[in-house]
Amino acid sequence: MALERSDVTNIADLARLAIAEDNIGQYQEELSSILALVEQMNAVNTDGVQPLAHPTDAVQRLRADVVTEENHREKYMANAPAQENGLFLVPKVVE
Amino acid sequence: MALHNLTLTQISKGLEAGDFTSVEITQHFLNRIKQFDQGENGINSFITVMEESALADAKVADERRAAGNATAWTGVPFAHKDIFCTDGTLTTCGSKMLSNFVPPYDATVVENMKREGAVCLGKTNMDEFAMGSSNESSYFGAVKNPWNFDTIPGGSSGGSAAAVAARLVPAATGTDTGGSIRQPSALCGLTGLKPTYGRCSRWGMIAYASSLDQAGPMARTAEDAAMMLNVMASFDTKDSTSIEQDVPDYTATLNDDIAGKVIGLPKEFFPESLNGDMKQAMMNAIAEFEKLGCTVKEISLPSTDLAIPAYYVVAPAECSANLSRMDGVRFGYRCEDAKDVEDLYKRSRGEGFGDEVKRRIMIGTYALSTGFYDAYYVKAQQIRRLIKNDFVKAFNEVDFIMGPVTPSPAFKAGEKSGDPVEMYMEDKFTLSCNLAGLPGMSIPAGLVNGLPVGLQIMGDYWSEAAMLNAAHKFQQATDFHHAAPQGIE
Repeated sequence: MALERSDVTNIADLARLAIAEDNIGQYQEELSSILALVEQMNAVNTDGVQPLAHPTDAVQRLRADVVTEENHREKYMANAPAQENGLFLVPKVVE
Repeated sequence: MALHNLTLTQISKGLEAGDFTSVEITQHFLNRIKQFDQGENGINSFITVMEESALADAKVADERRAAGNATAWTGVPFAHKDIFCTDGTLTTCGSKMLSNFVPPYDATVVENMKREGAVCLGKTNMDEFAMGSSNESSYFGAVKNPWNFDTIPGGSSGGSAAAVAARLVPAATGTDTGGSIRQPSALCGLTGLKPTYGRCSRWGMIAYASSLDQAGPMARTAEDAAMMLNVMASFDTKDSTSIEQDVPDYTATLNDDIAGKVIGLPKEFFPESLNGDMKQAMMNAIAEFEKLGCTVKEISLPSTDLAIPAYYVVAPAECSANLSRMDGVRFGYRCEDAKDVEDLYKRSRGEGFGDEVKRRIMIGTYALSTGFYDAYYVKAQQIRRLIKNDFVKAFNEVDFIMGPVTPSPAFKAGEKSGDPVEMYMEDKFTLSCNLAGLPGMSIPAGLVNGLPVGLQIMGDYWSEAAMLNAAHKFQQATDFHHAAPQGIE
């Protein structure tokens, strides 16, 4: 499927990716060619085929509901780009 | 023999015999990294060299040995791909996004190696977030193939492959989502193994496509790969897709007889279009297995051609979800002067991710968006089932499946970086293993145009020991794996 410029900006928006106006054309071309490759899947009939979610069809394990993590707050916060009083700082969200 | 020409197994034995100490051999490899990897004309296979901690770890390992508590790995140097989180040591995943990220914990694979007293020399270069087949998408610069500095080392574990091939380290960890252990191993002349999905823990291994990602060893010989998988593999409750299955001693069965084993050659892996020299190299290698008593049988894996389209839905879809955690809030790169939170997310991600990563996030976002999920993701998962069924049927008749790892030897840097789809074709023989979750391996199979090529060995689920056994017997009878790049002695 060939994408329109508006598709590219819409996808970038959904993916929360800022892309430069000048690059939209290139993305349009590249993403369209990748989708054309992907659409080779349509050549095969998969009616009734069970989708494969896990290669060995394993299922999720359950564990006892007990605390396993210790408190490493300071260590975890050390990578924060901006913080104050142990909280992550972001631009104002609520006016 | 110069210390750096020793294999992992020989180093382990040398330490045991007291021929050298861990501090001595660690210093020797660190010197080689300085000499050949760094500077403008260096190979650039390392993003971070851990000189200080490596020497400290080596000293501790020597003390442990003196105290009589050494294991096969105690004091043995190696490197980790920079996708594995290392507590207190920069872990970038080849991205500007994580160029300042110091993990607060160790990956399980890292922990497993530490427990044995192995000495990590550093973190190796890679394609950004493991997306690439040439190591050209790394934010930290391309890696040179030690066999010819004008060619690419393969990817995404290109730094690990180049470092081992250049004898800067005797072995390194890698990860393989679509061929990222096998393809660089092939192009750099190494023995690399992608285990069965669920064999090695994914905990702390930065996720690309969670249903495909698997860690494995990259070394010079099958014997070394076995020694490494012994420690990398484990059942881990912290990885929900880890499989509870005992880890055998992969070195114990290396010398078993392989006479009578049946090798399947899928006709889809030997198309008319396959380069004649490549085909000849494969047939020469397969003839060696026949000399060892194996028989060869032509088979068909009819869904092989669907692996590329299915992969380029599944992997981007999963990466778009996995990489959504990189938003400039809790860790990693943050843009300057965000005007609101939306702007913070978008510009941090737009500036922090490289082109290939953005392309895959966008393809994945599109494939998972409302109205397209069934046509893309479900369809691709159905095709995975067909690919798996092909293999299940084949393994009823054969013990191993063999073919080329790549369509050709290493290509020139820059040759394919302008066309993503052409780059994707590089992985056409490796993707189906990942989609089916099967183990796959690359072993050196000689040179084409002076560059190494790899023979791929695929086995049934959990047959790593048998694959390593076959590869080891092959390497006992041949010397392809002894070939080394020139000029870096």
